[in-house]
Amino acid sequence: MSMIRFEHVTKEFAGGKRVLDDVSYEIDKGEIFTIVGPSGTGKSVSLKHMIRLLTPTSGRVWIGDDCVSEASGRDLSRIRSRFGYLFQSAALLAWMNVEDNVALPLREKTNLTEREIAEKVAAALEAVGLSGEGAAYPADLSGGMQKRAGLARAIVTQPEIVLYDEPTSGLDPVTSRRIDALIADLSARLGITSVVVTHDLQGALAISSRIALLSRGRVLCIEPPDSFSRSTIPEARAFLDAQGIRPSGA
Amino acid sequence: MTITREAPILPVPSGPLQRIGQRTIACIAETGRAATICFASVAAMRHAFAPRARAEIVRQLYVCAVKSVPVVSVVAFFIGMILALQIGIELRVYNQEGLTGSAVMASMLREMGPFMSGLVLAASVGAAMAAQIGTMTVNEEIAALEIMDIDPVRFLVMPRMAAMAIAVPMMSFYTCVLGVLGGALVSHTQLAVPWETYFRNAMDFASVKALWVGLFKAFLFGFIIVTVSCYEGFRTTHGAVGVGRATRRSVVSNFLMILVVGYFVTRLFY
Repeated sequence: MSMIRFEHVTKEFAGGKRVLDDVSYEIDKGEIFTIVGPSGTGKSVSLKHMIRLLTPTSGRVWIGDDCVSEASGRDLSRIRSRFGYLFQSAALLAWMNVEDNVALPLREKTNLTEREIAEKVAAALEAVGLSGEGAAYPADLSGGMQKRAGLARAIVTQPEIVLYDEPTSGLDPVTSRRIDALIADLSARLGITSVVVTHDLQGALAISSRIALLSRGRVLCIEPPDSFSRSTIPEARAFLDAQGIRPSGA
Repeated sequence: MTITREAPILPVPSGPLQRIGQRTIACIAETGRAATICFASVAAMRHAFAPRARAEIVRQLYVCAVKSVPVVSVVAFFIGMILALQIGIELRVYNQEGLTGSAVMASMLREMGPFMSGLVLAASVGAAMAAQIGTMTVNEEIAALEIMDIDPVRFLVMPRMAAMAIAVPMMSFYTCVLGVLGGALVSHTQLAVPWETYFRNAMDFASVKALWVGLFKAFLFGFIIVTVSCYEGFRTTHGAVGVGRATRRSVVSNFLMILVVGYFVTRLFY
């Protein structure tokens, strides 16, 4: 059974700008599903629909058996508790240190003792390679470290689904590959369903179960990495060529 | 309460009348939203005694009250001095400069204390609040809180509101005291009013009603400043430019609201 399902989702913003146009796809439990495509084609908008930061103009978004696009109140809270979300900007609270940022969802939403919270925070920070940085404030961290701290906060509640909005944007290639490895590792180790929005095709081809290409609000193709890298769809080809990726065996 | 929201899609107005109608409806809706933030924050006060909330309220109290002491002190002292000088010069024409203390005390307690503390805190603390929450909004920190199912009103607005509901009346009382002292200095040095005469007349006019009405006004101003500033912060869009715009809007709206509400409270009690 699919974990996330888009059913004919259309999204229009003020001024009649259509960002998603009759989009339908399914994401299976435990897979790493990557959405790629040029800027402004609705990748982040898709992600925000999964967690009801945006509501479709028409169509539905399902999370398991729950229709998130029509949920509100406690139902929405329950659905959102299944998610972790890594924002493009990491969205760490500036006045809290890394430890407190990571501990925040546990302190606010669980009845765990401070000792239990400290153990979970330490484990999450270790998982993202930030042990020893707990006392630092977000402003003292590099972009990559902030992203990893944001990732630690996203996984500390052990969610079923983690959404990654441009996890490697603005990072150097070494840090980007480290983040990719982290996403793959978390998915394999904890069985997390991951949805990644990115421009970084190198990373997408390396870690994804399937890759969806979004262009002008429409899904042009959904392929496993091998097929995607051999794609003959002009938009996909242009995207691959622009990043210097040749078809396997070419 | 859900803070992160989408701009409503409205049909393109077919004429000026429809445009005015749309703007009026939007204005009413936004006022309702600000009022909802205020009520939701008051309702969230039931969480104010939880240890973490208590710590945050104390931190906010330090930011709102203690850090505002220097600017409030200067403003209060000079307001008292200006009042005493202007009133004393006029009273001297009738050889009544000895009554300067009563006029300064009555003005400070009834109007100037709550007004000046409200305006100073709106310009300093309120503007900072709008800028901070506006920055959090454009950095998606508010959205992050909502995704973690943490209510931004309970987490961010309530501690600020509790702190300002205490801080503004405290600062108002402090403004009154310093204003009367400033007036005393000018009365004694510029108008040759003996200290004893000044303070005796001042205390004769220090009515309990004036004090309580003044503190009540200040209490309301605290609610207004937090509601307006946080509301403006939450509706921030368009990055740094938007943060600047939200800060300016919060200061202007706070000033207007303080003046209008201040008048109606005075009208209600006098």
